[in-house]
Amino acid sequence: MVSAHEIHKSFGSNEVLKGITLEVKRGEVMCLIGPSGSGKSTFLRCINHLEKIDAGRLSVDGVIIGYREQHGKLYELKPSEAAKQRSGIGMVFQKFNLFPHMTALDNVISGMVRVQKIDKDTATKEGKALLERVGLADKADHYPAHLSGGQQQRVAIARSLAMKPKLMLFDEPTSALDPELVGEVLDVMKGLAQSGMTMVVVTHEMGFAREVADSLVFMDNGVVVEAGDPTDVLGNPQHERTKGFLSKVI
Amino acid sequence: MAQSTKTAIKAVPLRHPLRWAAALYLVLVAAAFIVDASHRSAYDWKSFNKYIFDARVFKAAGVTLSLTVIAMFFAILLGIALAVMRRSPNPVFRNVSWIFIWIFRGTPVYVQLVFWGLLSTIYHSFFIGIPDIHFGHVYLGLHFAISQTASLYWLAIIGLSLNEAAYMAEIVRAGLLSVDNGQEEAAKSLGMSWWTTMRFIVIPQAMRIIIPPTGNEIVSMLKTTSLVTAVPLVTDLYARTRNISDEIYNPIPLLMVACAWYLFFTTILMFAQYFIEKRFARGHSPMIGVQS
Ligand SMILES: Nc1ncnc2c1ncn2[C@@H]1O[C@H](COP(=O)(O)OP(=O)(O)OP(=O)(O)O)[C@@H](O)[C@H]1O
Ligand SMILES: [Mg+2]
Repeated sequence: MVSAHEIHKSFGSNEVLKGITLEVKRGEVMCLIGPSGSGKSTFLRCINHLEKIDAGRLSVDGVIIGYREQHGKLYELKPSEAAKQRSGIGMVFQKFNLFPHMTALDNVISGMVRVQKIDKDTATKEGKALLERVGLADKADHYPAHLSGGQQQRVAIARSLAMKPKLMLFDEPTSALDPELVGEVLDVMKGLAQSGMTMVVVTHEMGFAREVADSLVFMDNGVVVEAGDPTDVLGNPQHERTKGFLSKVI
Repeated sequence: MAQSTKTAIKAVPLRHPLRWAAALYLVLVAAAFIVDASHRSAYDWKSFNKYIFDARVFKAAGVTLSLTVIAMFFAILLGIALAVMRRSPNPVFRNVSWIFIWIFRGTPVYVQLVFWGLLSTIYHSFFIGIPDIHFGHVYLGLHFAISQTASLYWLAIIGLSLNEAAYMAEIVRAGLLSVDNGQEEAAKSLGMSWWTTMRFIVIPQAMRIIIPPTGNEIVSMLKTTSLVTAVPLVTDLYARTRNISDEIYNPIPLLMVACAWYLFFTTILMFAQYFIEKRFARGHSPMIGVQS
């Protein structure tokens, strides 16, 4: 589903991604771990074309991100084409980023109404079903400010799902939550994983990684240091840097 | 409700004797001033009463109000456009916006109004299109003649709104900047285009920040209209009342008439602002919008 080959990305003279190569299969859940500043968020943002890569090749579902290939030549996508591409990839942020001037339901249907141009009644019906799916059917009319962090993040997940994405990206979805609220969000994500969604999750929740992930990738300093089955990587890390990192977080 | 065993606090409230004394003193001073003013011949209350609802004054008040409303309307639209252009991905837009704001905010509105009044002296016609391309006598574009009698009213509106747009652009820009970056990212990741993001996500949230200073700008515009004499347009409230006062050889009552009308309009604007601010506070105030 995601195919990344030798991805490089710099901000000015600061090279943040130094050749990332990895593969996420359809229906697979991949967890990305690594110390702060190692480039995890940047990599996710590249997959969603929120950042442009400098070198390498990145495709989702066989389609190159940000470019169109014609006769062996790459052409930069028009903003509208890039937007269309993004709409098929869901993204959930650490700080939820719900739209504060809209109710939970309006947040969920915003993409359907404004991007897919689905009529409001149909969208509302689907939106309510999605809120039900994340356990928030009774909060449809609440504004984000009146929801707990866990509830907000679940609304944000429903908002992404509304676009019927083929891939979901999560950037530390539980890091901004009080400990007692982490579980409810992870539960929704587990359900999503069981339903066969392809997911790339940046997280510090090793329990989740061990239980749900099909593969675990440890990144440090812009490179993939170690990747493999979560139980193996967590239980028997091969590299010093992985060992050092895990000894601090577990 | 469960039966509660709480006992209400019974206490003597704190007294504020100095506040009362100060208020009483100020009321007395104000009363003395009013009593004195009602007798003072210089105020000429008879003329005030005669002219406050005079048909000419009434009409002039209408002119001032329409100048304010129309100029603000264009200024707000143009201001939003300029502010949005300022952060557009397109460098042409960004620079055009910067230069516009630089010029119109950097020179006095009075001077700008004089310039607009001289427009027909400076340019005799203007043309929108590609100047040097033509097929015989058919040019690629639109041609407008500026008549010597170009409506002073509309020149005043152009002058006021272009100047005000530069200020509105800065207000709108501050509003747009106040919206967290994450909002734009979330909208983008849903596949919204740049303009859809602006229109439905960023601008509505910026409104909360934009409206209070915009209210100030409208009040300020109401008073700035008194400068349209520079164009020279002499049908607005201030020019007209000055003009009438020449008839009775006493400027004071008609200044009071003008003040009364300005104050009347600003009072209405203050109320309007209150309700609009409430409307855009959705999702921010704990009192509004929850229907649990
Ligand atoms: N827009 C940007 N402009 C400049 N530098 C950036 C930008 N975004 C990220 N960086 C830099 O890139 C590096 C990697 O950042 P990134 O956010 O990808 O790390 P991360 O692994 O997600 O860390 P964390 O666990 O703290 O979220 C950091 O040094 C950061 O300062
Ligand atoms: Mg990060």
